[in-house]
Amino acid sequence: MVFQYPMITVQACLDGLLLGILFALIAYGMALQWGVMNIINIAQGDLVILGGYIAYFMYLYGIHPAWGVIVSPIIMYFIGVGIYKLVINKVVDRDLFISILATFGISILFMQLMNFAFGADVVLANSGYGTTMLFDNNVTLPNSKIFSAFISIVFAICLVIYMKKSKLGRAIRATAQNARAAKILGVDTEKVYAATFGINAALCGVAGALISITFTIHPYMGLPYTIRSFMIVIVAGLGNLPGVAMSGMGLGVFEEFADYILGTEFRIGSVFLLLVLILVYRRFKLSRKREYLK
Amino acid sequence: MKINKLILSFISAVAILLSTSVVSFAKVVGDKIVLGAAISLTGKYSSNGVHTQNGYNMAVDRINSMGGVKVGGKTYKFEIIYYDDESNPKRAAQLAERLISQDGVEFMLGPYSSGLTKAIAPVTEKYGVPMVEANGASRSLFTKGYKYLFAVLAPANLYLDVAIDLAVEKNNGKPVTVAMAFEQDAFSQDVRLGVLDAIERTGSKKVIDDKLPKELNDMAATLVKVKQMKPDVLVVSGHTKGALTAIRQIAEMKVDVPMLAMTHCDAAKLSKQHGKNSQYALCASQWHKTLTYKDNFFKDGMKYAADFQKEFGYDPPYQSAESSAALLVFKDAFERANSFDKKKVRDALAATNMQTFYGNIKFAPGGQNVDKPMVLFQVMCDGSGKCENKVVAPTKWASAKLIHPIPKWSER
Repeated sequence: MVFQYPMITVQACLDGLLLGILFALIAYGMALQWGVMNIINIAQGDLVILGGYIAYFMYLYGIHPAWGVIVSPIIMYFIGVGIYKLVINKVVDRDLFISILATFGISILFMQLMNFAFGADVVLANSGYGTTMLFDNNVTLPNSKIFSAFISIVFAICLVIYMKKSKLGRAIRATAQNARAAKILGVDTEKVYAATFGINAALCGVAGALISITFTIHPYMGLPYTIRSFMIVIVAGLGNLPGVAMSGMGLGVFEEFADYILGTEFRIGSVFLLLVLILVYRRFKLSRKREYLK
Repeated sequence: MKINKLILSFISAVAILLSTSVVSFAKVVGDKIVLGAAISLTGKYSSNGVHTQNGYNMAVDRINSMGGVKVGGKTYKFEIIYYDDESNPKRAAQLAERLISQDGVEFMLGPYSSGLTKAIAPVTEKYGVPMVEANGASRSLFTKGYKYLFAVLAPANLYLDVAIDLAVEKNNGKPVTVAMAFEQDAFSQDVRLGVLDAIERTGSKKVIDDKLPKELNDMAATLVKVKQMKPDVLVVSGHTKGALTAIRQIAEMKVDVPMLAMTHCDAAKLSKQHGKNSQYALCASQWHKTLTYKDNFFKDGMKYAADFQKEFGYDPPYQSAESSAALLVFKDAFERANSFDKKKVRDALAATNMQTFYGNIKFAPGGQNVDKPMVLFQVMCDGSGKCENKVVAPTKWASAKLIHPIPKWSER
């Protein structure tokens, strides 16, 4: 099929790239807090969906949902800080397993709360952005997807600059490198952790708003986003933004092709499979490295 | 320590009190016939669960206020014990067990969705408790040889085969090419089987047969294929999210297809969420308010819709209408059985042959309703962008003429 209709290949690549950029944004948030706090946030996808609901409610009240990319991160930042103060600060120095359990609990709680508050209906926000047609209408790119990718890039760039230039950004990076040393040198690590979790939640908010514009949202749809971002981070490594962007886009394209070649039913499944393969491969590589050391 | 013990004994006292008081419920108490239902009030089916509950409540109020149920010369009123099954099949089965063995319920109403009905049916069957259900359409429910299960709705495989017949008819009786995209759940796969039967029957050809995942929110890949292969009909079934995603992406990608047929359009409030983009979509429905079936309690569909709107503040989806119909069936069966014996009521249910505002009801040996065809409506919008669902098939009930083929996006 892919060879029979060459336009499908072009379409799949473009769709995948645009989608991948959005995934990369979510993954970047995850990489950031993973790197700084050593916490794997299972609730990442649920934060994304919550951000989506914020944009959706703006849409319901007649505000264009694109404004959600401004409003949603602001609200989500405070929600993120709130979650940190309530739960995460108690598990931040503990081992990874405890933090996974804690965030898993938060994830379930969020799903149920969203279901309770917003109902189980599938919803979406219409941006009315229209479509860009290429190659004699054979390839179509919804402008909402282009908008999503563009906004994701803008936020990623802003964040990189912020991390490099601002005082808090430097403090975050210092804490990531060595929390104890940073503490001795006067960095309030508690504050840094709270801010990091807040920034992560804010990024999820942006992504959620974009997803409500491009796809659909539903209280139980968070997990696939968690898995995707987990995978992107695993591939790219922590603290490696170009890597996150590249592996995000790679994953997007991979998903689209898996969809065409294997069928839509294997789309999410193939992502899981890839995750397993990568983990096995990494382990294999690590064990070889260990042998050299011996 | 002492306080702890005190609290503990207090709690156990309350527990004992509760457990004994619960037993005092029974099938028929005084002038009340107590029905049991596990309904999804929370969890992923909660919105349709509420539609179901509203439908049940509406019918209970109506029947009770219009004289109740007459059995053995005495008048009884309906009452329903509800439990929340949290949209979870395991929980639903537990609750059915509890309703029957603890609360003493001897007549059950169905839950929402095929999956939950499947979980409950073995329990009601085990205890020989008649269950009239209104929201489980999966064909596999009716092939297990259940004796106590009765469904007022048409089985899932009949949802969209009408659309294929319609497409062939519009193609001057010549076979058509069909693209299919179905979610991988019991219900949608049953719909798919029905479509496959229709394809075979009409000598048509399937060109795409995609299965959609449960976490569906992107079906661009399927639609790209549709764009390239240009089938005559595109059939989509993936509950609410399938309908919403399909319409959004068809509009965004400007996919031209002469006929688009779906399920769950009214549950998805398609025309409300998507406005003009949803125009021309064909939707399978168990019921539509403009159908002219009649009964003594709700008069007809239009009256039912108006009353429902007044009581609950929204237009009734078919899930509510069929749930209301389930109570009418129970009332009719009790009166014909003239007894509260489970076996007699079961036999009376099996012999049901009646018309309700929702449609004719007559059960096949498997328990499905064989006397009510599905209807197809088409979303039609006027110049101002206001959209309405109008029945276009079967011809007997049509209130508007089918618009076929769907105009190309470039001409809209």
